[in-house]
Amino acid sequence: MKENKDTIDKSLKRKHKLQTKDVKVFYDDFMAIKGIDMNIRANKITAFIGPSGCGKSTFLRLFNRMNDYIDGFRMEGEILIDGENIYKKKVNVEQLRKQVGMVFQKPNPFPKSIYENVAYGLKIQGIKDKSYLKDKVEDSLKQVGLWNEVKEDINKSALALSGGQQQRLCIARTLAVEPSIILMDEPTSALDPISTAKIEELIYELKEKYTIVIVTHNMQQAGRISDYTAFFYMGELIEYDKSKKLFTNPEKKQTENYITGRFG
Amino acid sequence: MRKFKETVIEKGLQASALVTIAVTVGIILVLSIEAILFFKEVSIIDFLTDTQWTPLYTDKHFGIITLLSGTLLTSFIAIIFAVPVGLSISIYISEYAPRSFRKTIKPALELLAAVPTVVYGFFALTVVTPFLQTFIPGLAGFNSLSAGLVMGIMIIPFVSSLSEDALHAVPNSLREAAYGMGSTKLQNAFRVLVPAASSGIIVSIILAISRAIGETMIVAIAAGQQPRLTIDPTVPVETITAYIVQVSLGDVQHGSLEYRTIFAAGITLFIFTFLLNTVSYKIRKKFREKYE
Repeated sequence: MKENKDTIDKSLKRKHKLQTKDVKVFYDDFMAIKGIDMNIRANKITAFIGPSGCGKSTFLRLFNRMNDYIDGFRMEGEILIDGENIYKKKVNVEQLRKQVGMVFQKPNPFPKSIYENVAYGLKIQGIKDKSYLKDKVEDSLKQVGLWNEVKEDINKSALALSGGQQQRLCIARTLAVEPSIILMDEPTSALDPISTAKIEELIYELKEKYTIVIVTHNMQQAGRISDYTAFFYMGELIEYDKSKKLFTNPEKKQTENYITGRFG
Repeated sequence: MRKFKETVIEKGLQASALVTIAVTVGIILVLSIEAILFFKEVSIIDFLTDTQWTPLYTDKHFGIITLLSGTLLTSFIAIIFAVPVGLSISIYISEYAPRSFRKTIKPALELLAAVPTVVYGFFALTVVTPFLQTFIPGLAGFNSLSAGLVMGIMIIPFVSSLSEDALHAVPNSLREAAYGMGSTKLQNAFRVLVPAASSGIIVSIILAISRAIGETMIVAIAAGQQPRLTIDPTVPVETITAYIVQVSLGDVQHGSLEYRTIFAAGITLFIFTFLLNTVSYKIRKKFREKYE
């Protein structure tokens, strides 16, 4: 009987990769997130939408503790990844960030070679085995479809790549350390439509192996690629449902107003 | 009327710019003319290859490398000391220190550069040298070690302040990338920020070298006045600048060969600092292009 309960727990954990429990965020006295409970499913793409300043980026950045550096930041509540509270005292933040990768709004490759960019995460873990690193770099670049474009220039500066290539490089850099969750903070907002389409396609493929949470301003994008969509407004989670349902038949009036472009 | 005023102001500004250029050109001209007169009497090959510098004695030798070795040795000691310390300070201020601390510590550090160098010179001679003598028994009263170290203290703010500016100018997105990949603060600083700010850091080091090479009072007071071709930091040496002071203050007759040696020495010094400044200017220009 106990065994049975364990397996149920485990399968639930597998299903809910990420859980937040009554999460509140304060910047000094300002309450940016007002108590959010949410379960994010494994191997799905979950999109966060909402007008500027609604807290969706702040909320996303809680999952790899990127808000820790902001002056006056304070959090209440619990965030669980695979059932473990990542805000517990003894959590190793560096270790957490290897498990929870992040792709940023503007492509931000290091001013190093393409190779060094992808190998960075492994090198800081102390991995020195050249052939392992080489394989891993090639493998990661292949996953993002960049290998054929750059294999001749692997030792050239990453800054010479186009914006779209740089962003795919940043995704490859994240994949190289084998995270289980990838957070994306408006990853295509600085890119042209063709590069955007390539990245979207890539994100769609990645969900087989990774749990993806993406913040986007672009509702078409959320509709195209995500399985679930969460609508945030003024620090609150207004509605969270399957994307198909949320975009065609939202429960709440606010959601409907936003997705039909009446505000935001 | 207003137009007239504008013209006057414009011409006035132009004139002050031209005066600066004229003064520089004048200095270079005087240096060159006197140096050419010097090289009419002393062959440039002797000047560059002789290993003794004794223009004030009866047996005259004009080997500039003797003085140059003193200059390079003291500057080398200063740089070896100032770069690691200055760079550590800049990393600490830029990445570790609380913002309020940064605001107080930076001007405080820059005060180091505002201390009159004659004070540093006496500090080296009367405090640092006796202190070092307690555990380096063979250390002479005048030596390049303590002069170099104190000069190093003086140029710390050149390294730390400019390097800190360079580190601070690294876009925040790179810090986010580094932390997002699971870097520790130290890994972020040394693997991402320092390489990204390298051109600015190199410029700061070059300017510090240039300052050290041209420094006069500290070495004139604490390093001695004995031209000597050596890399031994414990014995007295004479730098180019110290020699120029020595001759300028002495009773050498104007227009004599001895008198002209200071121009030959001066132009050597000038070529060095000019080259260093040019290199740093080039690097800075390249650096600006990269981030704009």
